[in-house]
Amino acid sequence: MKTIKKKKKIYLDYAATTPVDPKVRRAVFPYFSEKFGNSMSLHSFGQEAKIALGKSREEVADLISAKPNEIIFTSSATESNNLVLKGVAFANQKRGNHLIISQIEHPCIMESAKWLEKQGFEVTKLNVDKYGLVNPKNVRKAIKKNTILVSVIHASNEIGTIQPIREIGKICQEKGVYFHTDAAQSFGKIPLDVNKMNIDLLSASSHKIYGPKGVACLYIREGVKIEPLLHGGGQEMGFRSSTVNVSGVVGFAKACQIAKKEMKKESRCLTRLRNKLIKGVLREIPGSHLNGHPEKRLPNNANFWFEFVEGESMVIQLDLLGIAASTGSACSSAKLEPSHVLLAIGLRHEQAHGSLRLSLGRWTTEKEINFVLKVLPEIIKNLRKISPFKK
Amino acid sequence: MTRIGPYTKRVIKHFKKPHNYGRMKNPDGLGKVGNPVCGDVMWLYIKVGKDKKGREIIKDIKFETFGCVAAIATSSVITDLAKGKTIEEAMKINREDIIKFLGGLPPIKIHCSVLAAGALSEAIYDYLSKKKRKIPEKLEKLHQKIEKEKREIQKKYKEWIKFEERIHKKKS
Repeated sequence: MKTIKKKKKIYLDYAATTPVDPKVRRAVFPYFSEKFGNSMSLHSFGQEAKIALGKSREEVADLISAKPNEIIFTSSATESNNLVLKGVAFANQKRGNHLIISQIEHPCIMESAKWLEKQGFEVTKLNVDKYGLVNPKNVRKAIKKNTILVSVIHASNEIGTIQPIREIGKICQEKGVYFHTDAAQSFGKIPLDVNKMNIDLLSASSHKIYGPKGVACLYIREGVKIEPLLHGGGQEMGFRSSTVNVSGVVGFAKACQIAKKEMKKESRCLTRLRNKLIKGVLREIPGSHLNGHPEKRLPNNANFWFEFVEGESMVIQLDLLGIAASTGSACSSAKLEPSHVLLAIGLRHEQAHGSLRLSLGRWTTEKEINFVLKVLPEIIKNLRKISPFKK
Repeated sequence: MTRIGPYTKRVIKHFKKPHNYGRMKNPDGLGKVGNPVCGDVMWLYIKVGKDKKGREIIKDIKFETFGCVAAIATSSVITDLAKGKTIEEAMKINREDIIKFLGGLPPIKIHCSVLAAGALSEAIYDYLSKKKRKIPEKLEKLHQKIEKEKREIQKKYKEWIKFEERIHKKKS
């Protein structure tokens, strides 16, 4: 195989995680050894932490037009999503035992729902179309008398498709059913308003928006009944006992502040680069296909499948050239089945195995996209030379 | 040994520049293993010739693989290991030889080495069958096992096909 000259590293896996913004790093630093207090302590150290926590709560709430007391901090979007499904299910058993999710949720929702089924709850999984869109009409049809929660991911972590959550939220509101959205990928990247979008519960994470790892949040609309997973000292309004990760929370809040300021500009810039990437790939590489919706997609997400090649091979070839990307192929996981999201949008197994996700971010440059467009066609061509399925 | 992803340098070396890849015209034996559903397919072609002592040897060998890094690397290695060997010797190559040669494989990728060894034995099986020769018991057993797995996957795949047809119908 022909080798291509290696260059500087290019990170195109911002959907997996992001580097901490230097401004966030600076904001967090004093909270390790200087302002280290426990936000529950009465003394000045504690009060200092408590004030920082309160300010942070305002900052995060502001990004989605929520009230500060409707935000609780958790350790991850996975925790937030677990808390929503299990907490709502157990707190509302008198009202019913039926939950609705989509087929393309993140594994933490899929697995929580599966666990709830084992506990005797009933779960409906909504179909999606070939772009990965949930039809709001299907939500209306699926809601029954005993339905207590609808949970639909705002933007797909894999294919980037953005759901019509305002419409879905409206239906839930009419029917008197709680509506939750997992906004881990969209929060801080596209506008979100819990009131205008009729959202009762929303999960978001810090490390996807240039904040530190290990901190996330859950928006819980006032009055929503939810049972905590962690019992103890009653932190976070009793919804989540644990000493609060104040440094993490401060970083998360700073990341939200930056996101709010930069969102418009950044999303415009990323959309342009993303479109360039998508157009370039589809033009330059025969047998390449876009996964997800062409327009209703996250500004930073591009996801393709390529005929006759396997995802992990592409990812490692790219890595050898210093480009970080990801795949929905299951070749590196214990099960043989590829991504449930790609299968749900109608891809066949061998097609889903040939998928590649490139996700852009704050520091992605045009030069980097040009480099990818230069080397990716060659990589695919070389892998196809080895493949038995070539034409 | 330095690693790239979960792989040793030698795996990456074979992955980057695989030996003996491509299609072979009129092979004496062809072994097809794996399934696109699982993301790994290997086709192994052999040409059989004779050495100076008149023993049958693998004169030429080529592979075509759709799959991950480990699948491509193990395919490349099996061609290296088998080339020039007598049929007898080639039949003895097993997954341990491949793994040893590569300096190890991640546990989850061991099945790739099984696949590569299977592809070679299937190619030899194909050659011996075509020549109407007696199939050694070990080779026959291996062949039966591979066939059984193929059937199982096809059975599973059928359900998947049904599921997929359902989805496609809905969309059209």
